[in-house]
Amino acid sequence: MNNHIWRPLYVVLVIIAFFLVLRYFLVPQDFGVHGVNFTYGYHRAGDINDWQAVPIKYRGREFCNECHPDNAAANASSKHAAIQCENCHGPAFDHPEAPEKLILDTSRDLCLRCHAALHTPSSQRSLIKGIDPDTHNPAIPCSDCHNPHKPDLEDMQ
Amino acid sequence: MRCSRRDLLAMALTTTAAAILPVTAFRFLSQAEVKVALADPALRWGFLVDTEKCVGCGLCVKACKLENETPYDAPVTRTWVERYIITKDDQTHIDSPRAARDGFTDPRIRGEAFDPAEVTKSFFVPKLCNQCDSPPCVQVCPVGATYQTLDGVVLIDRKWCIGCGYCIMACPYGVRFFHPVHKVAEKCNFCYHRISQGLKPACVQACPFGAREICNLKDANDPITRIIMTQRVAVTKDEYGTKPQVFYIGLDRNVR
Repeated sequence: MNNHIWRPLYVVLVIIAFFLVLRYFLVPQDFGVHGVNFTYGYHRAGDINDWQAVPIKYRGREFCNECHPDNAAANASSKHAAIQCENCHGPAFDHPEAPEKLILDTSRDLCLRCHAALHTPSSQRSLIKGIDPDTHNPAIPCSDCHNPHKPDLEDMQ
Repeated sequence: MRCSRRDLLAMALTTTAAAILPVTAFRFLSQAEVKVALADPALRWGFLVDTEKCVGCGLCVKACKLENETPYDAPVTRTWVERYIITKDDQTHIDSPRAARDGFTDPRIRGEAFDPAEVTKSFFVPKLCNQCDSPPCVQVCPVGATYQTLDGVVLIDRKWCIGCGYCIMACPYGVRFFHPVHKVAEKCNFCYHRISQGLKPACVQACPFGAREICNLKDANDPITRIIMTQRVAVTKDEYGTKPQVFYIGLDRNVR
């Protein structure tokens, strides 16, 4: 065959070779089918380890109980027993090293998450005692009268 | 047209060879490949949401945002809670102010008040990634940045994602969003760092009412798996064929 047919073909072959060499160096070595099949499992294997290495922020009440057993026990015997310490006290991270002190949320908005009166007949929200925040002692923090660790109305402060 | 016996035989052979050629594209899998193809039989993460127990406090959304470093004030979130109010005129009113990060404290929906006598049903529905068995978001990824692990969780490779947004469009549940800091696609992954270490996801731990539970669907002795196996549960948007693995108790036809 003639040169004018072979030459463009060589050019194309060089481009393909260049692409394959570039691809070899740019695509991570652990890229491949690691899941059930090519459609759902074609990925970089190391990314699973990256996700597993994300630091944990919420440590759970057992972690709090190690140093604060009195507060944990007080809350555990109250109507608020189901609420995790960190829901109000904030995530522990590596407390007591970092942060040394947790930021306690004492706002009315925190209590109103459950105790604002709503009309939700087909949800268990309707079983929780609720108030109208606009008429029930507005501007006074809830914890001035109600003890969050012992919220029974008989034990009002 | 003349056709000699020699031509006929030659053509017959060629046609047969051409017909069986695609069969050679199939190959036998080794034992190890079959095991991978069938996935690890010991673990498949699943999730159970009990909408009857949810009171709309939004502590799950707060915990999720802090645990997974989702920008707290940006209008993006991995999980959210929807409130449904269905009135006697068969109108469905839905809202999720700030994805319910601060809970539901206002009886009104977008300023509209409802007469309790007019409300027939009202309830809360938490939403999160369904970790589908046939995830359409994974199929559309052009670079292999999102994938399904062998334990069933769909992850996104932040180093490999180019932020094209195809997956955000593909998800029928709208759980994917563009992460404003990392500039990649983002979604719930059942707190993969926590469940890999034997902890519960942040939202499950934070929920005081047990409305959210995680389980191993391959373990018949798992109490949550038993509920999914033996009680009446539903999934959202079943008709899309994505095989969602987040199951709901008390789902209503008005939920979408």
